[in-house]
Amino acid sequence: MPMSRRALLATAAATALPVRPARAEKPTLKIGVLTDLSGPYKDLAGPGAVDAARMAVEESGLAAKGINIEVLSANHQNKADVGASVAREWYDRDGVDIILEVANSGVALAVAGVTKEKNKVYINSGAATSDLTGAQCNANTIHWVYDTYMLAHSTGAAMVKTGGDSWFLIVADYAFGHALQRDSTDFVQKAGGTVLGAVRYPFPSTTDFSSFLVQGQASGAKVLGLASAGTDVINLIKQAHEFGIKMRIAGLLIFLTDVHSLGLEVSQGLTLTESFYWDLNADTRRFADKFARRQPGRRPTMVHAGVYSSGLHYLKTVGDMGLAQARADGAATVARMKATPTSDDCFGPGSIRADGRKLCPAYLFEVKKPSESKGPWDYYKLLATTPADEAFRPLSASACPLVKA
Amino acid sequence: MITIFGKPLLLLYGQLTLGLINGAFYALLSLGLAVIFGLLNIINFAHGALFMLGGFVAWALLEYLDIGYWPALVLAPLIVGVFGVVMEKTLINRLYKLDHLYGLLLTFGCALIIEGLARNEFGSSGVPYPIPDELRGPLDLGFMMLPAYRAWVVVAAAGVCLATWLVIEKTRIGSTLRAATENAPLVQAFGVNVPRLITLTYGAGVALAAFAGVLAAPIYSVNPNMGANFIITVFAVVVIGGMGSILGSIVTGFGLGILEGLTKVYYPQASATVVFMVMVIVLLARPAGLFGKA
Amino acid sequence: MLGFTRAQAIGFVAMVAVIIIGPAVLYPVFLMKVLCFALFACAFNLLIGYVGLLSFGHAAYFGMGCYVTAWTAKNLGLSAELAILLGGLTGAGLGAVFGWLAIRRSGIYFAMITLALAQMVYFVCIQAPFTGGEDGIQQVPRPPLFGAISLQSDMAMYWLVAGVFLLGFLLIHRIVHSPFGQVLKAIRENEPRATSLGYRTDDYKWVAFVLSCFLSGIAGGTKALVFGIATLTDVHWTMHGEVVLMALVGGLGTVFGPVAGALILNGMENYLAQFGSWVTVTQGVIFVLCVVAFRRGVIGELAAALRLKL
Repeated sequence: MPMSRRALLATAAATALPVRPARAEKPTLKIGVLTDLSGPYKDLAGPGAVDAARMAVEESGLAAKGINIEVLSANHQNKADVGASVAREWYDRDGVDIILEVANSGVALAVAGVTKEKNKVYINSGAATSDLTGAQCNANTIHWVYDTYMLAHSTGAAMVKTGGDSWFLIVADYAFGHALQRDSTDFVQKAGGTVLGAVRYPFPSTTDFSSFLVQGQASGAKVLGLASAGTDVINLIKQAHEFGIKMRIAGLLIFLTDVHSLGLEVSQGLTLTESFYWDLNADTRRFADKFARRQPGRRPTMVHAGVYSSGLHYLKTVGDMGLAQARADGAATVARMKATPTSDDCFGPGSIRADGRKLCPAYLFEVKKPSESKGPWDYYKLLATTPADEAFRPLSASACPLVKA
Repeated sequence: MITIFGKPLLLLYGQLTLGLINGAFYALLSLGLAVIFGLLNIINFAHGALFMLGGFVAWALLEYLDIGYWPALVLAPLIVGVFGVVMEKTLINRLYKLDHLYGLLLTFGCALIIEGLARNEFGSSGVPYPIPDELRGPLDLGFMMLPAYRAWVVVAAAGVCLATWLVIEKTRIGSTLRAATENAPLVQAFGVNVPRLITLTYGAGVALAAFAGVLAAPIYSVNPNMGANFIITVFAVVVIGGMGSILGSIVTGFGLGILEGLTKVYYPQASATVVFMVMVIVLLARPAGLFGKA
Repeated sequence: MLGFTRAQAIGFVAMVAVIIIGPAVLYPVFLMKVLCFALFACAFNLLIGYVGLLSFGHAAYFGMGCYVTAWTAKNLGLSAELAILLGGLTGAGLGAVFGWLAIRRSGIYFAMITLALAQMVYFVCIQAPFTGGEDGIQQVPRPPLFGAISLQSDMAMYWLVAGVFLLGFLLIHRIVHSPFGQVLKAIRENEPRATSLGYRTDDYKWVAFVLSCFLSGIAGGTKALVFGIATLTDVHWTMHGEVVLMALVGGLGTVFGPVAGALILNGMENYLAQFGSWVTVTQGVIFVLCVVAFRRGVIGELAAALRLKL
């Protein structure tokens, strides 16, 4: 692993300038997995995402065709400038052709900008912002897995259909929370429901949510919507359980790892949206088993699935186009990827739209009761499915310059 | 229905009670900081990390040794306290002759190490910890349904705060401690082993943080960042209270918790910043803090 | 020359030489980042090294500089030098208010107050519409310098960054060696005595604080243009710790220490990016090692070994 050798060199001689060893030029394809290896997204993306990319490389069959593929990984530490510098250096100096993953919207948007400038390829799986395929979209970027619009749509509209027609929202007071609040309010109302109230809490310093929960309960709404993510949602659910909140709780962004951390006792009955669950069908189980061989005792999240699926589609396109052509022009490769239907174990058949949005169905899940679960990671039961062509923001409503032009 | 500034009185009562609970954590943490600061003259930046460690030790006791909440409430502070003693013996005691700022920097480094290791070991999304069976279910207070566990948190925190205060103000050990704070060489001359006193004080302050961590485990997400989120607010609490007095840190802790609770009713967006605004006002009016000696 | 000792003058010439040759050897974008942080660390060092004030919230001024420069360059189309200057003035303005509050207390209290105030800035940044919340301000164009000289190429930008850094570096050196700087050092050594000599020490501390914040804002603004982004990273509390670490590793109160510290830490951050989860732990270990064993820092130890002032 040349990267870590260099890193070792650089740290061993902490005072020495980070001089790079000369590298033999050999036409290889390089995939960079840029992810959070030390912060809050480590479990849902992190090392598992790097392994998912390696799985895609092995299964692409390109090695048999004599194409050498190298997977690099780096930790963006949730710092946009670190992410942007790694991306620049990968593209400029290390000959990386594609970057995968990048959980964290701020870093993701920065990497998208660099990728466009360098005309490479970037496929995001972990970030939530729908701006990646909206106002800040570009011809070199594809957004896989999910976004805020799709989460709000699936959870909002599908919940109303299953009887949850009056809502109270607890919103993290920053752009992500605001986007979820705006979109989910919209969908609840369109589906014939009402939003009785909403409260915005300061992010990220709030650890005690009891007062907001009590306000929510006092509103008389049937559904408590959580427009937030990560630790805050875990705290909210834990404390809602503690306060014996009788409402149905809809988490707008909850990952499998969050439910794992909460335990079923606390999280049972919770409703949430994901676009992948490992125990959905025989194909997803096959992927999950392969994943568990690399990450013992774990099951893949939808972000892991996204990295695998997007990596596979990219490599398939490279195989079709030829290595030299695919490396030469990132935008052309992305255009070719958009023209090719996708298909893999994780998401089934799918497609990529002109604005860079990968389409896949959105599943509304309910978390099982402890008595229903057969063991660790057996957490979800399917409530409803939003088909791929309805799940995401329609092109007609898109602010993406690629589509408007 | 009776209302105050457009909010139902019952809702306000409820929020006051909840604020008091948050205040209990502020009080416990700032009390630990104050005890350590009094004798060691060090702001313990690692306090948040040790609070987190308390939560994780409780979880590990349950997960690996099947030791439940009640024993953990004693064991976890003891274990973390011993860890604190080791920290003091190996690292912090090298700094007493130096500028106090180095203590801040050293403990900051320790906090990074502890949090980083916890993240490597336990992952980032946290671990579950159940509410003890005895304290499940709500208490009917008339104006609100308060979970029994929350009531326990307030009682336990207030009890520990009171006990700490009594030990320091009313016992012989406490008077030795206070004397050593005023003039360590003199106390040493009277035959008291001041270095050991210092070590034990650090251990005790750290144990208070761990105790708060165990109290928090059933209601907050037990994850490596849980202390980092708290510690800066607690610093502001400490500045407001003034470091001079043990009582000051307790009263300010509870008081600010209540204030924060009220802000959540009237203007929730400001509930994170309200403590800092109070800090600014206090600095303008009484730079030494509400209970501090100038 | 500018109050440099002979050894410092040689060091300065060597540093300029490294800056000129640097981009031929190392990746220019990496070097630009190092220079921005070097200026930031020097500005921070002005306070801790020469006035003895530990500000534990310096990222607030750096980060606000970032935001304002990025915002004005993107939305108002200001030229590079004006945008950066506005970033610096934002830092100074914020520093004027916060400094006025914080210098009421000294020592550890000063550190805690600056930290708490900076945390408030962070909360404001995450909620205020103009910062873009956690998405940050993205894709900021590099506006031309003086409205005429294009900065699109990395090398053109590099020379601008190098120029800004050297100007800032010399300015700090000039301040430290002015009569004003002598008073600052007197305050650091013995504040009551400085007061008894008739100096309004609070005024001196405040001016030094504002100057430091101004230069931090300049450093932040420059960095915003280098990467074309301004995000919450720059105002987060981990950044307060990082700048302290840079100054500490390099050597508090030395002229070249913060520059060396910025180079070492950025190099590590960049190359530790591949190390994954050990980043935080490594940083913590360096902090502890520096405080326990190398309090003088790399340059400080070097200077002591050579018996020079560096």
